[in-house]
Amino acid sequence: MMRFILPFLLFAILAGFLFKGLSNVNNNLEQGKDPREIASPLVDKAAPDFSLPLLHTPDKKFAPGELKGQVWLLNVWASWCGACKDEHPVLMELSKQNLLPIVGVDYKDKREDGEAVLSKVGDPYTLVIADADGKAFFNYGVYGVPESYLIDKQGIIRYKLTGAINAQNWSEKLLPLIKELQAK
Amino acid sequence: MIPELGLFSLIIALCLAIILGVLPILGAARNNAVFMGVARPLAYGQLLMIALAFAALAYAFLHNDFSVLYVAEHSNSQLPSIYRFSAIWGGHEGSLLLWTLLLAVWTAAVATFSKHLPDEMVARVLGVMGLISVGFILFMLLTSCPFDRLLPAAADGRDLNPLLQDPGLVIHPPMLYMGYVGFSVAFAFAISALLGGKLDATWARWSRPWTTVAWVFMTCGIALGSGWAYYELGWGGWWFWDPVENASFMPWLLGTALIHSLAVTEKRGAFKSWTVLLAIAAFSLSLLGTFLVRSGVLTSVHSFAADPKRGIFILSFLVLVVGASLLLFAWRAPKVGLGGKFDAISRESLLLSNNVLLSVASASVFIGTLYPLFMDALGYGKLSVGAPYFQAVFVPLMIPMVFMMGLGPLARWKKMAVPDLVQRVKWGFAAALVLALVLPLVMGKMLVLESNKWSPMIALGLLMAFWVIASLFISLRQRLSGEGSFMLRVSKQSLSYYGMQLAHLGVAVFIIGVTMVKGYETERDVRMNVGDTVMAGGYEFRFDGVTESEGPNYVAGVGHVTISQDGKVVSELNPEKRQYNVSGMPLTEAAIQPGLFRDLYVSLGEPIPESEGAWAVRVYIKPFVDWIWAGCLLMGLGGILAISDRRYRIHRKAAEQKSVAGSSDSSSVVYNTPQEQAS
Repeated sequence: MMRFILPFLLFAILAGFLFKGLSNVNNNLEQGKDPREIASPLVDKAAPDFSLPLLHTPDKKFAPGELKGQVWLLNVWASWCGACKDEHPVLMELSKQNLLPIVGVDYKDKREDGEAVLSKVGDPYTLVIADADGKAFFNYGVYGVPESYLIDKQGIIRYKLTGAINAQNWSEKLLPLIKELQAK
Repeated sequence: MIPELGLFSLIIALCLAIILGVLPILGAARNNAVFMGVARPLAYGQLLMIALAFAALAYAFLHNDFSVLYVAEHSNSQLPSIYRFSAIWGGHEGSLLLWTLLLAVWTAAVATFSKHLPDEMVARVLGVMGLISVGFILFMLLTSCPFDRLLPAAADGRDLNPLLQDPGLVIHPPMLYMGYVGFSVAFAFAISALLGGKLDATWARWSRPWTTVAWVFMTCGIALGSGWAYYELGWGGWWFWDPVENASFMPWLLGTALIHSLAVTEKRGAFKSWTVLLAIAAFSLSLLGTFLVRSGVLTSVHSFAADPKRGIFILSFLVLVVGASLLLFAWRAPKVGLGGKFDAISRESLLLSNNVLLSVASASVFIGTLYPLFMDALGYGKLSVGAPYFQAVFVPLMIPMVFMMGLGPLARWKKMAVPDLVQRVKWGFAAALVLALVLPLVMGKMLVLESNKWSPMIALGLLMAFWVIASLFISLRQRLSGEGSFMLRVSKQSLSYYGMQLAHLGVAVFIIGVTMVKGYETERDVRMNVGDTVMAGGYEFRFDGVTESEGPNYVAGVGHVTISQDGKVVSELNPEKRQYNVSGMPLTEAAIQPGLFRDLYVSLGEPIPESEGAWAVRVYIKPFVDWIWAGCLLMGLGGILAISDRRYRIHRKAAEQKSVAGSSDSSSVVYNTPQEQAS
């Protein structure tokens, strides 16, 4: 007899998770944040340190400290990610404007796949680092790809965007913030 | 004035839906003919009112009434009128209205085509659908009314997202929603059967055509969406495992399982409680998809803007509907009994294994889609699952599934001796195996692929496809050979048999498409000056520059690419890079020359700065890619053939004669399929 109640119990557990997920979204909203920007405890904290090999030249490494004194954008992407493809033309456009260094992170990806995509569609990044197993960026709380972090001159994360950069969030959120941070 | 009338009709529709949700179910429980009798008129009335509301919104869109907030947000006076119409479902509120309209259409369709069903059954089914409708109309009125005014009115609208300004997107959402909502019919039949306590073969027979119709719509809807992604996103990909795509794929997988399980329940009386559970689950996943897309709990390119009230409402509704159904299931299903017995190797067991595999596949997609949410809620931090997960999990599940798909139609009901089955299929399997192993070595030249290339994945994919086709031939030969007129035997097979085989052929064609495009595609991304050429797959692509052109609401750079083969011009393609006037959003419009064996695909990347008209150009050769959608089309056609089966009409006539004779119980009508006659 018990087995017939099983679907209900499974569903009850699922519903619990869904409510929890929804209340997280709502908390973010109450704090005046777009629910699609997942609240990151990292905002206004120092960007976690790491030292990762570059995608194209794995014997060289990059650490966030190297960009101290500049406002820069950290963009997490992967060759397997669909939304990154939507974001790509926007990034190409941004890289042309030469506003700030854009550091790409090839996340949980095979090196050759990541390189193939960039050589195919164009490379908008000042430099690209590879986080093949996603461990280093676990510290950044990467939620889904694409994701972007805006880091200020002191190496502090000032903004986190979950999802693709598009014309709208660029002109409404990112660009004003970049201008403001660069002026400081 | 017109939008207020729309709102008013919606409120009347709500009242009608509430009565529809209460009286007929009550009537069925108390055997009150008057209460049951109101179900049909109410279903028609509800459809009329919601259609009026929809017409009011359409009017506001077509007349550029920017004093309606929803219109101002999703339309623009420059927008061509076909897109002003499809903009109705370009946002959350309007797409919800479309959903509700289609639900009312399905409800009215059930009211019309259910003359042969007992009154209680009709009353319960329509009542359950009425309750669902109450939920959705309330959702609209309380949290997302498309008729809200914007005062003072906007001078012009914000325009429809350019990605949605495409013919494919005009029909994709209605198709898909017809599928989503259509599963509510199978759901309503299952719930009524549970309520009435009569879970028998009759219930399954009634549900079958409805489920198949919904499944056909869903198949076509998903295929359209995938085709749209292929030509509109400019990346040549056709499936991205995005949460919203997954939200439609999960109910499709369960719907496929449901179709097969219903067949067993009807023919053999087995799997009854499993079938009911599938019917509940398929519709629950449709609802869950709605929740995921509209609540903002998952991040996706497709999702609508989030609003906490909406999330809470739809989740509460989901919990109410699914929770209540599963409780009802837990209460009633134990009394159902087991139905016909069958052996470890029989058509039943093969169908059951397929059912299990499809459900597990659906569950694996489900887990992958919701994984970030689970991990976050448990405090493990935020993790992500990408396409690699889905491919790693999904493909291994599909291999045994397809293998059994070939065996199923050849196996007998109840019991099948293994040596006998092996005897039937061994030559077919051997032929498929040889072809799959050898073909990749020799077909390069024949099919204008760039080279002969052999890889295990290609061989495996082809084996799966050829195996299904071989099984189809074996089955046809078995049925059509014998004494007497060949044509007579051809016409004696039921349409549902042909439908089943056609749909299975569709799966084979689909697999060929996926295998070939994965295995042999050529992608060249190059910087091209005017006059430059690039070779791909034996074709020469010459870039003749980009010219400006003006569309109705955008300016476009139109690329000119001439394609030739062996010095002869094959085609000229004109990919576009558009910039939409109002939103300023750029959009890539790929140019494709489709072909049976390959698509030539050109899309424009970015102009190269500081050059004389050079561009980044993407040149793809996609072998057999159209077979993917052709396969989906065949599956859909198979479904249509199956529901046109004589059986459903004969059954109806028989029921009518019976009811003339004074009995409304049609469950005793037995119709043997040729298979059963033969065995």
